[in-house]
Amino acid sequence: MSAGPRPPIAAAAIPTRLALFLGFMQVGLQGFGGVLPFAHRMLVGQHRWLTEREFNEVLSLSQFLPGPNIINLAIIIGNRFRGPLGSLTACLGLMLMPFLIVIALAALYARFADLEWVRGATIGVSSAATGLIIAMGFKMTVPMKRIPWQIAVAGVTFVAIGLLRTPLLWTLAAMAPASVAVAWWAMRR
Amino acid sequence: MIPPVLLELAWQFGLLSFLAIGGVNALIPEIHRRVVEMEHWMSNADFAQAFAIAQAAPGPNMLIVSVIGWKVSGVLGAFVATVAICAPSSVLTFAVAHVWDRFREAPLRVAIQHGLAPVTVGLVLASGYILARAADQTWAAFAITGATTALVLVTRVHPLWFLAAGALLGAFGAV
Repeated sequence: MSAGPRPPIAAAAIPTRLALFLGFMQVGLQGFGGVLPFAHRMLVGQHRWLTEREFNEVLSLSQFLPGPNIINLAIIIGNRFRGPLGSLTACLGLMLMPFLIVIALAALYARFADLEWVRGATIGVSSAATGLIIAMGFKMTVPMKRIPWQIAVAGVTFVAIGLLRTPLLWTLAAMAPASVAVAWWAMRR
Repeated sequence: MIPPVLLELAWQFGLLSFLAIGGVNALIPEIHRRVVEMEHWMSNADFAQAFAIAQAAPGPNMLIVSVIGWKVSGVLGAFVATVAICAPSSVLTFAVAHVWDRFREAPLRVAIQHGLAPVTVGLVLASGYILARAADQTWAAFAITGATTALVLVTRVHPLWFLAAGALLGAFGAV
């Protein structure tokens, strides 16, 4: 076995705009119940446009900034390789087909909503999808298991938004700075 | 002359774009509050259907915004709502991405990330609660939600199977 260093797995070649468009289109079409895992597979595994570490950095920034995470990811990656037009191309590739498909589904549903089984199937899907969201919420609590203040922040946010129906703007204006301040204090200690 | 309802869609979702911390799943309670409770664009049941249609299509979960736009004002409404939820935050991301890399290890950045994470968790759980109230009108529907939640947590089955099972059970009149 050769003892030489392994070749870098990073960006083999800078993708063209067409490649960006097609890559993100593939992500959009595969992504049932969350597109991020498919984006990871495409970017790191399949095309090797990003290393694992680069992906994690881009992902954490996408999740940190407001807006749909996957759109932010497409903006950053498109721009990194092909500038502003690259961002636009990646977003278009991501959204075009899912947008057309969901509009077709909505139109089909409106046309056949009188059928008992169509109505039933839709209720069944929304009940199951609700379960997916709740499970995701619970999974997200795992990293904060031993951090009481984080559990408290999550609890207060849940009560304010879910039960009291406080407007999101006011809730964020109160909770975000308070929570960041506690995080800061906890880090300094 | 642009129809007022399109401007209203653009304004509402454009604003929400900046509030979408933790993605669109965390935004569902606020979308529900505005679309169902304030604007009366749709009923609770319509909202649950829009959610189901968005989940049944491949693609990002923000598609619920497209379906709401479509319900309010057709294909043009869908387009306006979708662009509105994406564009403002995208411009911000574009502007910040360069600067941000320089602060990768800055303590304030770490504190912000640690601080916002539990807020997002609370928001996502609130989404689940609001959706369950909108979608689960029968005990059978409630049971599907409960079973899906439990199975996702203890197995590694692909999410699509749960949606398919829900659709089948619903189609055969179980809910």
